[in-house]
Amino acid sequence: MNYLITDNTSGAVRLRDIPETDYASFYDDLRTRLSDSRWHVGHYFALPEEEARLRFYLLLLDDATGQVLIGSFAREYYDDTALPSLTALHAQMHPFEREIAERWGIRFDGMPWPKPLRFPFDRYDRNSTMDNYPFYAMEGGSLHEVNVGPIHAGIIEPGAFRFICNGEQVLHLEIALGYQHRGVEHLFAATRNRLRQLCLAEAAAGDSAVAHATACVETIEKLAGTARPAQLAPERLVALELERMAMQIADTGALSMDVGYQLGQVACEALRTMTINTTQAWCGNRFGKNLIRPLGTDHPLTAEKAAMIRRNVAEIARRYDEVRHDIKSSPTLLARFEQCGIVPREEMLRIGGVGQAARASGAARDIRASHPWGLFAGTLAHESIVKTQGDVMARLMVRCREVLQSAGCIDRLLEGFVPAETRRPDYGAPLAPRSLAFGLVEGWRGETLHVALTDDRGDIAAYRIKDPSLHNWMALALAVRGEGISDFPICNKSFNLSYCGHDL
Amino acid sequence: MIFPKIRVLRSHGRQAIPDLDAVELTSEFRGRPELTEPADAESRTALDEAAALCPTGALAAAPFALDLGRCLFCGECARRAPQSIRFTNDYRLGSPTREGLVLRPGDRRVEFDRKEVRPEICRCFGRTLKLREVSAGGDASVEMELGATGNVNFDLGRHGISFTASPRHADGVVVSGPVTRNMAEALDICYDAVAEPKILVACGTDACSGGLFAESRAVDRSFFERHRVDLWLPGTPTHPMVFIDGVRTLLGLKTRQ
Repeated sequence: MNYLITDNTSGAVRLRDIPETDYASFYDDLRTRLSDSRWHVGHYFALPEEEARLRFYLLLLDDATGQVLIGSFAREYYDDTALPSLTALHAQMHPFEREIAERWGIRFDGMPWPKPLRFPFDRYDRNSTMDNYPFYAMEGGSLHEVNVGPIHAGIIEPGAFRFICNGEQVLHLEIALGYQHRGVEHLFAATRNRLRQLCLAEAAAGDSAVAHATACVETIEKLAGTARPAQLAPERLVALELERMAMQIADTGALSMDVGYQLGQVACEALRTMTINTTQAWCGNRFGKNLIRPLGTDHPLTAEKAAMIRRNVAEIARRYDEVRHDIKSSPTLLARFEQCGIVPREEMLRIGGVGQAARASGAARDIRASHPWGLFAGTLAHESIVKTQGDVMARLMVRCREVLQSAGCIDRLLEGFVPAETRRPDYGAPLAPRSLAFGLVEGWRGETLHVALTDDRGDIAAYRIKDPSLHNWMALALAVRGEGISDFPICNKSFNLSYCGHDL
Repeated sequence: MIFPKIRVLRSHGRQAIPDLDAVELTSEFRGRPELTEPADAESRTALDEAAALCPTGALAAAPFALDLGRCLFCGECARRAPQSIRFTNDYRLGSPTREGLVLRPGDRRVEFDRKEVRPEICRCFGRTLKLREVSAGGDASVEMELGATGNVNFDLGRHGISFTASPRHADGVVVSGPVTRNMAEALDICYDAVAEPKILVACGTDACSGGLFAESRAVDRSFFERHRVDLWLPGTPTHPMVFIDGVRTLLGLKTRQ
């Protein structure tokens, strides 16, 4: 099968340069390629075209060479023959095939998990609703089901979890999402106001606002094809690493809370406050919203602000390291965290897990290292932190190490910082017509991918967002298998996945 | 094993903000905007441009008004039309009425009209208030900020105001997010499960107006047509101090001047 080969630093590609093939060769090629863990699917989606056609686009990521392979196939819009399912061979395809089936009514033959994904408002089958989600069921006198949600006990987003338990032991967990579906992708293509588009990207997952905004401006800047001021690269990276620090610290605190380790909880709460207040003192918003803008910035770093960030980050890292040290020297905490919620490497790769959760299972998936963009592609080589155990402790320790790593990264970026000329954001830059561009960044949860396709006039005709949670929810379901149901909270918090990022 | 804990404790020190009513936020924070009627043609044009760019249509150029219930506080209008719009760091943004969130030239505060507050609110909840939060399409940032109101820094629990897990234990509901169609029924069930008398708080710009998602077909805002909101709190997300100030003012524990 033919692909258009590009990478994460190249510009937009013209739609007519993307080779088109038939499903048979597409299927054959992916069947063999996905058996090798160096390949994984970045995105796979369908869009209607002229002449009543439905065209399917695939972005395949090659972790070994950093290449991004773009391929496509098309078929008649009203053709209702079933396609052989790739999920049957490679479980990592499940969210994509489920989305295509749910949205366009495509049937995948042999699909082992033919479930709704997010109940979008424009779904193909309007009879499929939240109320009749086809939960998996098991027969047996000793089994019982526990339903949690959609509203959870804490102040978090909604989602329905159904456990099948034998006594205390979880045999199966099924996660039904879609409650958070707001139609983000649809709204994105419905407006020409680029500021509104940026705000939508930031709202895709509000706790990853910087990661999603970075992916969005990468996409738009590739389509605009103009060079951005050099100063933007380090500033955006500082923002991204501050977000990573804040969220990893928050999750350390959340895990501490769930095992009754109050000292770690309050220490992390205070450190997270300090981190997000640092972001606020830079840009006025604690989550870094409005900080990342296309081709310019409204909040250029000044020497004073850079010094403030550097000072705070050093203090946060020092105090956080003390918490980390305390966790590692507390047997009562280790007894809860270790050997709990294990996802082995093979399973993680099979379901296409990404980000820090994959790295805790020994799968070194990290866009900063495998598909570098911005400064990572230039002067800043990134070395991923990988643990092999795949348990709650490993996911916590990856978080801990990443906080310290991010702090070191920010410190290096801001050492001897000299403010340079920057521009104001450009919301009117014309975009290349009939093109495709993507933005691929490693947010704190993992691989964050935005894809935009433009029409004849250079307006965004379709926009696709992938939050790393799309892959990783399945990892949580696997992690709790065989565990006591009382360990679910710490398994859940060790992943801390996004509901709105999944539901969009 | 005790020494690492002592070290953490020593570095942690005392974190609670001593007086929540005396907090002043960083000057960078974008809170209540101040509007000035444009004096010349040039600033009038700048204002028109800013209104055209506004991502949610919160800003109207003629008659000049800014609806905080739709505002994302992105600050872009203030950069386009600095003569007409300036964001202050005033976090006292809560209002008992939706109309109270619309600011016009010359307004120097978000009015808190006590006549609009039901008398039973102070009587029943003045000393303690337990709330159930429902996220109905919230993007997790409002939810995290609401969680932060009870953290070691803000410690709103010291004033008897906190969040509870069950609506059966709650005196009211806080809604975040634009209310997605897929969450509409669950929100109704939760609200109905809270015993009377109860209060309803709309938290975040998405909850106040639908925000970015006001026109989305995936959103169903009929909940707000059926139920009276007692407190509107704008923000993307709502800063913990906006929530703390708003709720304390609603309960009559604080006055706004």
